[in-house]
Amino acid sequence: MPVRAAEERVDDFKEVACGFSLEDALHECARCLECPNPACVAGCPVGIDIPGFIVKMEEKDYRGAYDILSDSNLLPAICGRVCPQENQCEGVCPVGETLEPVAIGRLERWLGDEAIKNNWNTLPHIEPVRHKVGVVGSGPAGLACAADLAKAGCDVTIYEALHKPGGVLRYGIPEFRLPNDVVDAEIANITRLGVTIECNTLVGRLFTIEQMRDEMGFDAVFIGTGAGAPNFMNIPGETLNGVLSANEMLTRCNLMMAGKFPDFDTPMHMGRQVAVIGAGNTAMDAMRVALRIGAEKVHCVYRRTEAESPARLEELHHAQEEGIEFHWLTAPVEILDDGAGNVRAMRCLRMELGEPDDSGRRRPVPIEGSEFEFETDMVVYAIGTKANPILGQTSKLGLNKWGYIDANETLATSIAGVYAGGDIVTGAATVILAMGAGRRAARSIKTYLGIRDSEAKYRSEQVGCAGTLFGIDLGERNFSPIRLAG
Amino acid sequence: MSDFQIIDRQDFSDTTFLLEVCHPAMARAARPGQFVIALVDEHGERIPLTIADFDRDKGTITLVVQAVGKTTRQMQQTCQTGSALYGLVGPMGAPSHVADVGKVVCVGGGLGVAPVFPQARAFKENGAYVIGVVGFRSKDLIFWEDKFRSCCDELIICTDDGSAGIKGLVTDGLKSAIEHHEDVDEVVAIGPPVMMKACAETTRPHGIRTMVSLNPIMVDGTGMCGGCRVRVGGEMKFACVDGPDFDGHTVDFDDLMNRLRRFTEDERAAMERWNENCKRLEQAGQTTGTV
Repeated sequence: MPVRAAEERVDDFKEVACGFSLEDALHECARCLECPNPACVAGCPVGIDIPGFIVKMEEKDYRGAYDILSDSNLLPAICGRVCPQENQCEGVCPVGETLEPVAIGRLERWLGDEAIKNNWNTLPHIEPVRHKVGVVGSGPAGLACAADLAKAGCDVTIYEALHKPGGVLRYGIPEFRLPNDVVDAEIANITRLGVTIECNTLVGRLFTIEQMRDEMGFDAVFIGTGAGAPNFMNIPGETLNGVLSANEMLTRCNLMMAGKFPDFDTPMHMGRQVAVIGAGNTAMDAMRVALRIGAEKVHCVYRRTEAESPARLEELHHAQEEGIEFHWLTAPVEILDDGAGNVRAMRCLRMELGEPDDSGRRRPVPIEGSEFEFETDMVVYAIGTKANPILGQTSKLGLNKWGYIDANETLATSIAGVYAGGDIVTGAATVILAMGAGRRAARSIKTYLGIRDSEAKYRSEQVGCAGTLFGIDLGERNFSPIRLAG
Repeated sequence: MSDFQIIDRQDFSDTTFLLEVCHPAMARAARPGQFVIALVDEHGERIPLTIADFDRDKGTITLVVQAVGKTTRQMQQTCQTGSALYGLVGPMGAPSHVADVGKVVCVGGGLGVAPVFPQARAFKENGAYVIGVVGFRSKDLIFWEDKFRSCCDELIICTDDGSAGIKGLVTDGLKSAIEHHEDVDEVVAIGPPVMMKACAETTRPHGIRTMVSLNPIMVDGTGMCGGCRVRVGGEMKFACVDGPDFDGHTVDFDDLMNRLRRFTEDERAAMERWNENCKRLEQAGQTTGTV
């Protein structure tokens, strides 16, 4: 896919990847083998009918293609941009065995963008059921869950603590990867289904999960609050001015628009020599934001090597193109004071790779006597996140030993009717895995509420089986009222 | 989106003013020691403000604001009765632990006078003997004396110029309270960091448990940014979710005060721009005669 030249893009927040033209898209569609048992669908965490929408595109029925796509994913323009397709649909595409796999992500983005441009929205017929469902958090997990439940007829309200919806899509992912306009447009798809989004609402403190269920009339609750609490290293000098989490930098810049200070009130005082610790996707985002906000030089400091970097290859390449300097096998042990409470430098150790650790990656081991000073005036931590403590502090939800919510395979928590999914259950992962979890929880909630799973196929062989009536489970309590013609 | 209507405003001085904001759910949920994050408009910053009072029957919360920076001065101009805030979220932070104590001193100085009130009231409701110590620059700037008298068994007012109460700082008032009462179980001190530090030092030799409420720079207030991290007892804590109340004898106040200077330059730039804009608007108003 065409991208803007590095020297042109490093000064602004406009999108780096330009997207397919119609010709590119059709050319790509023609490469699809339309496998009878498509591996890509199984490889997609939300189960998009990928060959289905590609066939429609080849027939030049773009609207029809979007309808198939948006049936499983109402955020295609977002997912087309931020999904790690190389590990999912594209990773299992048989074309990829000999050639480049079909660029499914880019096709998805193209369709999503067309839908936004042409104001396509596919409103399914929704038959209201009596149930009210509350969703905590308006990130990818919450949005996906809310969409499925709204389609099933539930009255869904999403609660968001920040003043704008989207969660990590809003505060975390920078505009040059995911423009806010795209986030707004696709969230509008969800509200069009009848979902209410209440911002400025901190669940746990304004009301508890138990109150939602017992006092506010919610029949079920889904928790998708993400893993937002930033990790620090616990080394000396961490509270000096000039040390911050990538979360803080990204929130200031993406949600609060600090890049436009003083037109916007939130400042993001940028250092000259910025050192970002970590080499995951968040680190790449933080480094590239730092460059765009005015850092002279941005360094990536990582204790392992490029091969172990958890970032997507594409992000790593973009960062390299933009002039980020990478310092592999380097670990900070202390942050040094300039005498006035600001960062002057870091004391670092050189590392070498030893035996593989639990994660299967070779463990970095310090080289004795390799200590050196690394000159920097801003240190940004992008070394992962942990569970936010608020819901644990304010409810009786069962947590695991790391503070994440304990959920079983149906994503049910220890409180009846309360489900959880996404990063708050698994620890930090991807947007699309969170959406997959949201959809899975929506299915469980439908079962819990006794709502017919609209995806379940009617099977005539079930007629007459014990426990069913006309093939429908007798446990279902929500037959849609029959509407009489005329 | 919800409307956070300002239903009352009172000005206590040329910098300090009170806003009573309609938010029935928050009025129900709020407990002493908690705070909110407010946004003036869509371009605004998220600023933390301690909840100074809440009225469950009226469905309102009360904030007392001191106009010291760009945003708070803007609030002083724009937040009038009948207007609304763009964003308001809370109650945030862990509520204060209002212990079952016999005798407590509640100290409020500067911006801390208002937030210490709900704590004093909660202690009183818990059956404690409450001594209030509140500090102002001079007699004219005193506010809420009646509210404090209604929940304090004793009230010591301190003024810098001696125009009311005792002449001196709140630490002088605190010292006098400790001298007259040997059986003080707990001290709550809220105000600027330097004042809370001085209060903690005053009580340290007496071994009286001293709780302080920290207000570092933060963005989201939900434990997500880590901007509000403070050193307490050698450990790093997030004031927004682990606090804002901490044991004053273990807080590293110097670290806190250094971190509050993080954005000094930007704050100055924002202030200058705001003042210039105000001046320009004023001049424009004068030439067209529509002030």
